[in-house]
Amino acid sequence: MAKPTGNPINDKLLEIAAQNNISTVWDRFMEQEPHCGFGTLGVCCKICNLGPCRIDPFGEGAQKGACGADADTISSRNLVRNAAAGAACHSDHGRDLAWTLLELGRGHVKDYSIKDPAKLKKLAVEFSIKIDGKGDLKIAEELGEVILKEYGQQEGELTLTKRAPKKQRDNWKKTNVNPRGIDIEVVQAMSRTHIGCDNEYKHVLESAIRASLVDGWGGSMIATDLSDILFGSPEPIRAEVNLGVLKEDEVNILLHGHEPILSDIMVTASQDKELVELAKKYGAKGINLSGICCTAAEVLMRHGVPMAGSFLQQELAIITGAVEAMIVDIQCIMPSLPEVAKSFHTKLISTSPKAKFVGMEHIEFHEKDALETAKKILRIAIENYKNRNRSKVNIPKEKMTLVAGFTMENIFYNLGGSFRPSYRPLNDAIISGRIRGVAGVIGCDNPKNESGLCHAEMVKELIKNDVLVVQTGCSGSACAKAGLLTPEAAFKFAGDGLKEICETVGIPPVLHTGSCVDNTRILTACCEMVKEGGIGNSIDELPVAGAAPEWMSEKAIAIGWYFVASGIFVVIGTPLRVMGSKNVTNYICNEIEPLYGGKWAFEGDPIKAAHLMVEHIDKKREALKLKPLICAKV
Amino acid sequence: MKKIYCNIKKCLGCGSCEIACAIEHSKSRELNKSIAESPLPVKRRKAEFVEESVSISTGCHHCENAACVTACMSGAMYKDKKTALTQHDKDRCVGCWMCIMTCPFGAVTRLREEKIVLKCDLCPDRDKPACVEACQTKSLFLGTLKEFTKICST
Repeated sequence: MAKPTGNPINDKLLEIAAQNNISTVWDRFMEQEPHCGFGTLGVCCKICNLGPCRIDPFGEGAQKGACGADADTISSRNLVRNAAAGAACHSDHGRDLAWTLLELGRGHVKDYSIKDPAKLKKLAVEFSIKIDGKGDLKIAEELGEVILKEYGQQEGELTLTKRAPKKQRDNWKKTNVNPRGIDIEVVQAMSRTHIGCDNEYKHVLESAIRASLVDGWGGSMIATDLSDILFGSPEPIRAEVNLGVLKEDEVNILLHGHEPILSDIMVTASQDKELVELAKKYGAKGINLSGICCTAAEVLMRHGVPMAGSFLQQELAIITGAVEAMIVDIQCIMPSLPEVAKSFHTKLISTSPKAKFVGMEHIEFHEKDALETAKKILRIAIENYKNRNRSKVNIPKEKMTLVAGFTMENIFYNLGGSFRPSYRPLNDAIISGRIRGVAGVIGCDNPKNESGLCHAEMVKELIKNDVLVVQTGCSGSACAKAGLLTPEAAFKFAGDGLKEICETVGIPPVLHTGSCVDNTRILTACCEMVKEGGIGNSIDELPVAGAAPEWMSEKAIAIGWYFVASGIFVVIGTPLRVMGSKNVTNYICNEIEPLYGGKWAFEGDPIKAAHLMVEHIDKKREALKLKPLICAKV
Repeated sequence: MKKIYCNIKKCLGCGSCEIACAIEHSKSRELNKSIAESPLPVKRRKAEFVEESVSISTGCHHCENAACVTACMSGAMYKDKKTALTQHDKDRCVGCWMCIMTCPFGAVTRLREEKIVLKCDLCPDRDKPACVEACQTKSLFLGTLKEFTKICST
């Protein structure tokens, strides 16, 4: 029996798992405990075959690897490689969208279209494309080409870094981390960390920052903008979350992974009359799509498709016994799924040319015949409905409503109304002291913590202190389950100042802005806040902070780094694996602040971490000489 | 009596037992905090490389006729009558290092600055010693010699 997760829904399904001898992430996690100390501290070096070498953290044994690398070099090199992998994931995600856009423009792809032509034109202009007299598809083709060229660019700078305030850009130039192209920085992060190459830890870490900036201001930002162009810019939308969204009498299909190229077309295909009829023929009332992980966020934001669960709930979703098929693409998909699915009728289908899984059926998905493939996959799922064993079905009752779909653009309207669409009301609310500041709470969920509870606790503490919270990814789903993403949450949990704003505008105190690539919406929102004026001339002067209380993926490391290098204070739940080096830890948690304005902090207690953020925001408010909070508790 | 045994067929010499031991005997008992303590916690176990593909994790064997107990002039090293474990009372230790000289297994560690020795206490606050729990390959085993032999032969 796995350790209780602190979440009654999870625990109930884990009991069923235990009765059926199904091992879940919590069981396997416990088998791994205690985790290897050398690995946790980042002092295990596997880079060359003189090793693997380890540094004794207690000072008695070896203090240097065979090549002479010490804990500083080893832990910083390891961190760089993690960040590079994270940046590679997000940049590849962006690359796929750019490719889809290009193929659409060339007329090779028929199942996609330009859903947000205004944003297409705006982005094309940013990329210096002349749009006069050109049709959308022509612009799409040119934009796709230019963006893909930026992946291979060898000199100069990334177009989208120009969105950043001048001080951030100057900081990057001064510290020599301004990215030249997208792929080059990931490649160079790898080459620099080869044995006997870059060894001075501060210099080594430059590669991590450069690769991460490529993620935030390159790959991820491209992914977000192109997703909006291809699949439509989100608008606030009400939906449901948690495993209770699965239905007893419908064909339940879970979309899991990250890229909307697949999931969005699945939504279109699921509305196909013929397929709905087929579902009815098999005795189901309809087709019920729902999402897991970041794919959930993508289809939630644009179509209001319910979010079944977070990263940690992927196995539990199958254990409900009510899932006909889980369709996956890339990233954060547990290799354990086929083993879990053996006990149920669930069909697992992998689709990405980038990822295959032992025990899953692979139906490769390509943009050219997207709709056709989507329908083929859905048909398999529908035909599987007859195999559902009713005696094994245990759908939890719990579900919660949420409002999602906030973006950098539509937040204008939500804050100012169509009468005054600008960031002015947000900046004014901060200046007048109704809102203390803004915090981004993002990232994965992790069995090291209490499965999502850290997110909700932290966010409750933040909004209680009048901090407006923006969210993405699995953190958003954790807080949605706790009911924090509803306008009503303001009355229940928010401080008086924030409550007043939420009530006037009609927004939740916690805004869901999308998947993990959509963290760039937070970056661009920060740029807009700076542009609007009154709360600082650069991102590092803004009263804002970020947190990933339960981070686990390498992507989270890259995200953290691009926020830190963009001037934002970032608190994470478990430390980065650099604690074996005092120098590296001190550098990234202290010494780096004057260079970039941001820094890292490690705090496992979500309430204490929230207060670190509040203190930081207060420090920034003080530096800006802003008024004290109107509704501050005395 | 129950002791810690190491199955050398499984031991990789990874050193996880050493780290777990040091953490268990630190003030904070947490990895990330313990490495910042002063003085640094000291392990009482060693993962030793023997020869190509052979490693062993060693510590106190709690010998029946313990040489260290016989050699101890201050009575700091003693056999616990109830548990039959070889225990060490650091308040009585004078730092003569005779136990270190006589121990055939090199299981006693010197704390030069404090002028005392340290040795395995089988983690009195835990059900299973920290090193056994931390062993990634389950080569460390807590039990009687009979139980251990049985496990190794299967």
